[in-house]
Amino acid sequence: MGNVTNGMTEEKIWKKVKQREKIMSRSTLLSNLQMSEYQNELQKEHQKALYWETKASGEEKIRFTNLRNEIEIQQMLLVKPKQEAYKAIANRLAPKQTVVKNTIMAFIFGGIICTIGQIINNLFLQGGLAVKEAATSTSVIMISLSAFLTGLGYYDELGKIAGAGTIVPITGFANSIVSSAMEFKREGYIYGVGARIFTVAGPVIVYGTSVSIVIGLIYYFIK
Amino acid sequence: MAQKKLGKQTFKFSSNPIISSEAAVVGPMEGKGPLGEKYDMVLDNTFAGENTWEKAEQKMMQYSMELALEKKGFLPSDLDIYLAGDLLNQIISANFTARFLNTPFLGLYGACSTLIEGLCVAGILLDGGFVDRIGVSASSHHNTAERQYRYPTEQGTQRPMTAQWTVTGSGSFVVENSGSGVILTHATIGKINDMGISNANDMGSAMAPAAFDTIKAHLQDTGRKPDDYDLIVTGDLGLLGSNVLKEMMRREKISVDNITDCGTLVYSSNQDSHSGGSGCGCSAIVLSSHFMGKLLAGEYKKIFFVGTGALLSPITSFQGESIPSIAHGIVLEYMGGRQ
Repeated sequence: MGNVTNGMTEEKIWKKVKQREKIMSRSTLLSNLQMSEYQNELQKEHQKALYWETKASGEEKIRFTNLRNEIEIQQMLLVKPKQEAYKAIANRLAPKQTVVKNTIMAFIFGGIICTIGQIINNLFLQGGLAVKEAATSTSVIMISLSAFLTGLGYYDELGKIAGAGTIVPITGFANSIVSSAMEFKREGYIYGVGARIFTVAGPVIVYGTSVSIVIGLIYYFIK
Repeated sequence: MAQKKLGKQTFKFSSNPIISSEAAVVGPMEGKGPLGEKYDMVLDNTFAGENTWEKAEQKMMQYSMELALEKKGFLPSDLDIYLAGDLLNQIISANFTARFLNTPFLGLYGACSTLIEGLCVAGILLDGGFVDRIGVSASSHHNTAERQYRYPTEQGTQRPMTAQWTVTGSGSFVVENSGSGVILTHATIGKINDMGISNANDMGSAMAPAAFDTIKAHLQDTGRKPDDYDLIVTGDLGLLGSNVLKEMMRREKISVDNITDCGTLVYSSNQDSHSGGSGCGCSAIVLSSHFMGKLLAGEYKKIFFVGTGALLSPITSFQGESIPSIAHGIVLEYMGGRQ
């Protein structure tokens, strides 16, 4: 105890760093004993380099900063293989996602929502609206329906079963905005609703618009 | 019957928990401040070579602890327990530093009173005979705090004159059960005070009643007078809060001659900090560099140090709640130079 880091010099530490670099690049998983030994070594060296750095100035300081950074990189690399090995064990034991079931449910519910949209669209067309107007009106109805169901607290129940089936259509987009508005109303209309209504939908709007501009330009030039 | 309790809120340590080492790592603005020469390490920029400010703050805390250990030739494994906290959600700077140090860890949150909360708990644990050596850290970073509590850092807002500047810095302490230097003799645990201030840009006024309450309780519990101390130091009340505190004390006829505040010491008047410094780092770096130095030089013999915390949450403040505030006090006494 006390002055455990005495007797260390800059060259000695550099030599150690290089030695470890070789060994760490060779073997993937170190034994527990070797690892804690390395961790201890690295900690001692790190403290020392840091301490020297605070006492130095100019070029000398830069040298110590580089040494410290090198040690920090090794400290990080050292635990990586152990973390990976652990993740493999944990992943093996994790319950599997029900991908097939989820896909089928998404297909069915997404299909139902689109069918409802199609029926409404056809009714508008029958009623005498032009194709473009009918499409817009259908979107309005679907969005209103989704917002209404969100407000009543049903859309999240539906989403639990339907997954992507309720997220992907326009109704999912409406749900993301209305649910945000409801959530943040408690923080007031300015910092709550106003500031955070697009928390979920924001990225879709930003990147949707950006991509549409790019696609539009491509279309313009190759037309 | 509790053996070590005085009055309602004060603990008296019968052994002498002793601060055996300390270190401060600060950002560039603090380095240019009036105490700039006294810090152990001044960062060249606010990123400290990392790609996020959160990582930079974590590095500052880690470095300050490592430097405090290195000064005594200790390693993190020599610590029986590590107590730390900061201002960020889930006290991430402290958590990641503790991950790195790999010692038993208790995370603390007392907003800007965190350091003193840590020293109080350290004193209790040492005096209770549970441990031999404790590490205590507290940190804050102007940019991580600003983006969490107020506005994006580059937004062109005008800060009101009541606003304080969150200190970029971290201070760490090694507290042991034997040695020489500066000992902890009493800890006064504060109560939450809330006088209904809800302005996130006026934390000084929110915290002053808490500081007043704790100072008053301490004097009552110990039977001491303000003059028994060379200084009564508050953590980060800033210019406004410090004036409010003095006004409150004058009204109760308590002497205010030896009251000072870390928030008013950390920046010079031309650094545009408005009402002074704030944040966990403020009291941590000023105590570890300035006041510890003065104590160890024998310039001050006895200090009552009151850490003040505005327990502000952006969520409840948008919901219209006021800012609950707390202050903890610790008595630091000089017991002969360090070996």
